[in-house]
Amino acid sequence: MSRPKVLRTGWRVRSHAPLGLLGVLLALAAMEGVSRADILPHRWFPSATQTIRALVTEAGTAELWNAIADTVEGAALGLGIAALIGIPLGILIGLSDPLYRLTRALVEFLRPVPSVALIPLAVLLYGTELRSKLLLVVYAATWPLLVNVVYGVRDTDPVAIDTARAYRLGRLARIRHVTVPSTLPYLMTGVRLSASVSLILAVTAELVIGAPGLGQIIVQAQAANAVPLTYALIVVSGLLGLALNVLTRGVERYALRWHTSQRAGSRP
Amino acid sequence: MTAPSRSRGRGWSRRLVALGVEAVLPVVLVVVWYLTSAGSTNFYFPPLSRILRAFADSWFGSRFTADVLPSLGRAGAGFGLAVVCGVAVGLLLGSSRVARSLFEPLVEFARAVPPPVLVPVAVLAFGLGNSMRISVIVAGSVWPVLLNTVEGVRGLDEVLRDTASAYRITGWRRIWRVILPAASPPIMAGVRTCLALSLILMVISEMVGGGNGIGFFVQQSQRSFALPEMWAGILLLGLVGYLAHLVFSAVERRLLSWHSGSRQSSRGES
Repeated sequence: MSRPKVLRTGWRVRSHAPLGLLGVLLALAAMEGVSRADILPHRWFPSATQTIRALVTEAGTAELWNAIADTVEGAALGLGIAALIGIPLGILIGLSDPLYRLTRALVEFLRPVPSVALIPLAVLLYGTELRSKLLLVVYAATWPLLVNVVYGVRDTDPVAIDTARAYRLGRLARIRHVTVPSTLPYLMTGVRLSASVSLILAVTAELVIGAPGLGQIIVQAQAANAVPLTYALIVVSGLLGLALNVLTRGVERYALRWHTSQRAGSRP
Repeated sequence: MTAPSRSRGRGWSRRLVALGVEAVLPVVLVVVWYLTSAGSTNFYFPPLSRILRAFADSWFGSRFTADVLPSLGRAGAGFGLAVVCGVAVGLLLGSSRVARSLFEPLVEFARAVPPPVLVPVAVLAFGLGNSMRISVIVAGSVWPVLLNTVEGVRGLDEVLRDTASAYRITGWRRIWRVILPAASPPIMAGVRTCLALSLILMVISEMVGGGNGIGFFVQQSQRSFALPEMWAGILLLGLVGYLAHLVFSAVERRLLSWHSGSRQSSRGES
């Protein structure tokens, strides 16, 4: 397994929030102008006000909230199952050199397989049930967790382990007090990646298979030519993704509050 | 974790043994799959021999030019455009504080949108053709490259920046010779994610609205309950993903050899 690349998230320039707000307003104004002036065909590119109106109307319906609940349920459940598979397996593989060598090629082969390749299989086996969504989410979300945990466990400082051994810590105590804490930053990277992958695959299952959720009502809106509603629902999916990013970053910061990368001043 | 072979001869034989060990599990699994599925009457899990025959029949004929090449062409075009746009815009945002502050919330939002939901909008805007599929791939996979380019440019070494200024290296030379090489490790990490997303979006966009392509073929096979063909398609997608990963890793190793080399030496490895 090659070293998993850590994707940095967010570039923090909190002090420039007003400029950011200006950027959003400019984008909305541009969207409004381009649509009103028919620079892009008005029929396919609704104005900002139309989209916001559709969003407000839709927010008053149970349909939207049920769809969001379905999507979140699928993604969260899938992520949970992926964690139950990926984390223990990752620790096991990371701790054992022979096991690592044995599984490396297999993981390298299976990981790049695009999970969407499994869509037809999921449809045939489970139709539009929740299980079909879960099959896709779990397959896709397990790899980032597994690979990051394996890498983290193998990257544990050997001096720290030897020190623990010198202090006569048993094998389990060494894992608990040395391996796990030093793996945690990698694990958190894996959680962050897997969480966004889970949402993507849950929505994909809804879009392509027709499982109930946000993706499904987006397709329905598009098929009914309800253009502003389609855009509004995409904005909702973006907001959902944004909420997820904020949540996982919060979890990461909380779990790693003791770690040097999180201490005040170490982050620009 | 590809340590360069210490001494050529020993390295080779050791690498062969390591390869042998690594190949054991995949080979065993394929053999087990072949044997256990040999007499399979289960409709959903046909014998591997039948899948392989379907694979040869499906992909070594006219389908290669009818489905595989268009798919790869779209994925390649979308991926290429996404990388170029991502790096270009990333350079711009990375080097201007004002632009960065202005666009931060927009970019944060855009990258949080799950890319597959772009398919319905693209269908509205572009109909059902190549432009719809390529625009979905670009719009969905550009973000990791863009964000990592911004990070890379911002993380540029102060000394390097000042040295370049002192030597009056400006304009294109500065971008090509100083900024891009220094920012290439995070950019390549973004490109790797971009590549994976391109393939996913290629498949999804082909499953909508018919036409041609590997995704289309797999879905057609599923809808007509042609299970061996469906499995052959899944197998092909897996192979395409794996080969793309191999090619990318080779390119990355070449481009970043100086980087991993310096990292290894700083860790005290040779």
